[in-house]
Amino acid sequence: MSFLSERRTERRGPRRFSGRDLAVIGLLLGIPVLLDIAIVWGPTLASIVLSFTSWDGIGDINWVGTQNYVNLFTNYPQFWPAARHNLLWLAFLGLVAAPFGLFLAVLIDRGVRFSRFYQSTLYMPVVLSLAVVGFIAQLIFSRDQGALNAIIGDTRSPTDWLGDPDLNIWMVLLAAAWRHTGYVMILYLAGLKAVDPSLKEAAAIDGANEAQTFFRIVFPTLRPVNVIVGVITVIESLRAFDIVYAVNHGRNGLELLSVLVTDNIIGEASRVGFGSAIAVVLLTVSLGFVVTYLVQELRGEKNR
Amino acid sequence: MSRRNLLRGAAVGAGAITLPSLLTACSSGPGGDGKTIHLGSNSSDPIPKKAFADAFKAYEAQSGGRKIEVNTVDHNTFQENINKYLQGNPDDVFMWFAGYRMQFFAKKGLLHDISDNWQHYEGFSSALKAQSTGEDGKQYLTPYYYYPWAVFHRKSLFADRGYQAPKTLDEYVALAKQMKKDKLDPIAFCDKDGWPAMGTFDYINMRTNGYDFHKSLMAGEEAWTDKRVKDVFDTWRRLLPYCQQGANGRTWQEAATSLQKKEAGMAVFGLPHPGAQFPKGEQEDIDFFPFPVINPEHGQDAVEAPIDGFLLAKKSKNLKNKKTLESAKDLVKWLATGKAEDIYLKSDPNNIAVNDQADISQYSALQKKAVELVSGAKQISQFLDRDTRPDFASTVMIPAIQKFISNPNDVDGLVNDIERQKKTIFASD
Repeated sequence: MSFLSERRTERRGPRRFSGRDLAVIGLLLGIPVLLDIAIVWGPTLASIVLSFTSWDGIGDINWVGTQNYVNLFTNYPQFWPAARHNLLWLAFLGLVAAPFGLFLAVLIDRGVRFSRFYQSTLYMPVVLSLAVVGFIAQLIFSRDQGALNAIIGDTRSPTDWLGDPDLNIWMVLLAAAWRHTGYVMILYLAGLKAVDPSLKEAAAIDGANEAQTFFRIVFPTLRPVNVIVGVITVIESLRAFDIVYAVNHGRNGLELLSVLVTDNIIGEASRVGFGSAIAVVLLTVSLGFVVTYLVQELRGEKNR
Repeated sequence: MSRRNLLRGAAVGAGAITLPSLLTACSSGPGGDGKTIHLGSNSSDPIPKKAFADAFKAYEAQSGGRKIEVNTVDHNTFQENINKYLQGNPDDVFMWFAGYRMQFFAKKGLLHDISDNWQHYEGFSSALKAQSTGEDGKQYLTPYYYYPWAVFHRKSLFADRGYQAPKTLDEYVALAKQMKKDKLDPIAFCDKDGWPAMGTFDYINMRTNGYDFHKSLMAGEEAWTDKRVKDVFDTWRRLLPYCQQGANGRTWQEAATSLQKKEAGMAVFGLPHPGAQFPKGEQEDIDFFPFPVINPEHGQDAVEAPIDGFLLAKKSKNLKNKKTLESAKDLVKWLATGKAEDIYLKSDPNNIAVNDQADISQYSALQKKAVELVSGAKQISQFLDRDTRPDFASTVMIPAIQKFISNPNDVDGLVNDIERQKKTIFASD
């Protein structure tokens, strides 16, 4: 101990951790790291490894090389539609739902009448799970017994909102956006409340009009919120699953990568290898977004 | 609330959760007591659940001290987890399906051979035995009930309008045309859940090409690009204009309801399906006719009648105990009797007994007709998703049939897609 304390006195200044501190830090960092490895990286690596096998969940594991991927890209009719739908989901939530959420937030922030009422009504769907949103969508869009067709009153040739493969993805996106908008709105509302009013006043004194104030002053100060909204939008679109599963198990025009993974892996005779290959594709796409985000963040940190 | 109190509360809470599970872990020691049979049930719907409970109670009463502990799991969840369930820690006896879907697990060594039981079984037809037998020639399943598929309709509607049950495909189409003229949807049609339309495919295929071709097609031995398969889709396309539009967005419940409301004239269904959507007073009005003849060579030989039954799980720890194994075998032996089936069907009249010693005098007219249909069958098929590999049925056939329904004109592209995927799936082991 005396040796240690001597060294400590020598290095007084930059380093002030005692052995006990190090142990505590090691423990507190070590446990999360171990958990992270066990819960996140272990399964990730396992599914990457399994994607090169033809394992069916029972018995021996056979290596098949890249055959699963070849099959996936050339011989699985649902794959490309699924990938397209995931991107469409991202585009719709990112370009329609999120800006609309921002728009509503700005309106409410400016203090329209009954803003509390609007706020809670718009936020309500966020509390519902997406599976429930899926059921609500069915009550509205069902061809024979749905509310929408009853209102339109077209009994001759009613539109099959959820069964028509060209149409149903849009209906489901509408339902998903209904929920996403409320979520985004609340985030922006919090962000807008935090914008310093003196900034707006200064802009007004400088002669900026409403639009200029918003786009040049308010929006840039919302950067942290923008980042969060961007991240949740990406997460929501890549993990989208429950709503289409509730509607029709993600088939017939509602294919999504996550559904294909589930369809292949869960079930009686699992194609675990093949399903893992789809999961790896999904992982690669997610990693693309994660890396872009991290690079942006680190760069932003440096510039600050 | 102080932090210490909170922690204490959390500790007590955790104890409350873990303690009971520890206790249950203790009570059923390795191998059990030899008299308790654990039974995994997928009958989560109230009617069958109660019917099974009645049957098990009757067994316990006559067994001299044996007890059944039923572990009921939601029907679909049970199905989706069957793989993990059978490999992990299964119950001693469990409910499952006959045919390929059973053979698949038998081949993987997850089922207990009960051939010795079968030597004492009486009242089962050879078709039933074939459906209970694995590829190795041993029996693994004790059949309990089945329900035939046919074309269902309402008696009163047919009487009012003077419709006759058609015998051949041409008569079927003519009748459909007439119904269309009468402002009805001739054939109620649904495939939102992915499986209901499979029944129509099976029947058209068996009527056109015969049961043997159907069976080998399902086993992956015939090419889907074969002209005979294209014929099936061509015939089906001929029927589609008379089917309810938008089938991919309709559940079978909705389709059955339209039959009940007399909006639709007919529907290809299994025996339990229409009954579930008809009010009590109108149950008598349900009637059916066998799927019409397409190719006279095959007539109406084959009947689609999925069989449900009981199996013993190889991986069950309790079955290592000789006594428990004996109890489990005794249970399925009892369940194989006509009397046991009577008890079940009393509470669930939507199925029919497999055993010909069962008492059919209690049956409704519809059930009696179903018995007639099945007992007259030369071959019994299960259902597309029971007659082929489950992965092929769910990841290839469900999307393929839905695609056909929404775009029936590209049959060549469709069968090519199916054939290519079939090759990779059937080659995978």
